[in-house]
Amino acid sequence: MKNSMEIKFKAIAENVSFARNVVAAFIMPLNPSLNEISDIKTAVSEAVTNVIVHAYPKEEKGLVTIKVNTKDNFVEISVIDNGVGIQDIERALTPFYTSKPDEERSGMGFTVMESFMDKLEVKNNKNDGLIVVMSKNLSEAVGM
Amino acid sequence: MQIKSRIVNKTLYILLSGELDEYTAPKVRDDLDRLMETEKGFVQIVMDLSELTFMDSLGVGVMIGRYKKMKQLDKPIFISNPSRVAERIFKMSGLYDIMPKII
Repeated sequence: MKNSMEIKFKAIAENVSFARNVVAAFIMPLNPSLNEISDIKTAVSEAVTNVIVHAYPKEEKGLVTIKVNTKDNFVEISVIDNGVGIQDIERALTPFYTSKPDEERSGMGFTVMESFMDKLEVKNNKNDGLIVVMSKNLSEAVGM
Repeated sequence: MQIKSRIVNKTLYILLSGELDEYTAPKVRDDLDRLMETEKGFVQIVMDLSELTFMDSLGVGVMIGRYKKMKQLDKPIFISNPSRVAERIFKMSGLYDIMPKII
């Protein structure tokens, strides 16, 4: 069965918990295992935190869009912003690379997304901003 | 996020309860730093993460920041009871090389 949803919210730290919990709630009908839920919540948290920290350097924060598509046990999550994008995506994906080392940031966000999901794709949006698409097959799901 | 602490046998035990993320991290950093500055008579720290219900890679930065401060005072920090997610992130980051895990 196919299902989909889309939410849009302000890119501020208060909303990180909201974002990961909404996505977790949406995939509940697929009966994911507890481990799969926490993997997905962690990956969503990383992606949304990246938007908050990097996408909108100006005072006025823009929006984050999250789209989730599911088909049977397959979950695809897109995290989209209209911010500054990333000039060198390859470097940004390098483990431990951070553009803000003075803020106690570990530079592990993309590495965590990559290892907690099955697949990760990062690309600059045509007009502006970044699109992060990550997907996971819920192989531990208990079924309907 | 809640932080509780007690000193037993010159060890400062710190219990972190709740969710550690971009929103809660600034206060956690401040509270931990204040605690480590005001508490006296301890030679090492054990971070008990048994009640940490959520953590992402931000937790690594928070831990390394505290490690650097305590290293100046020659006081080691140990990690105790990490969740499955915290364990994976700490292993990936190599954090256990500087803050070993204890049971």
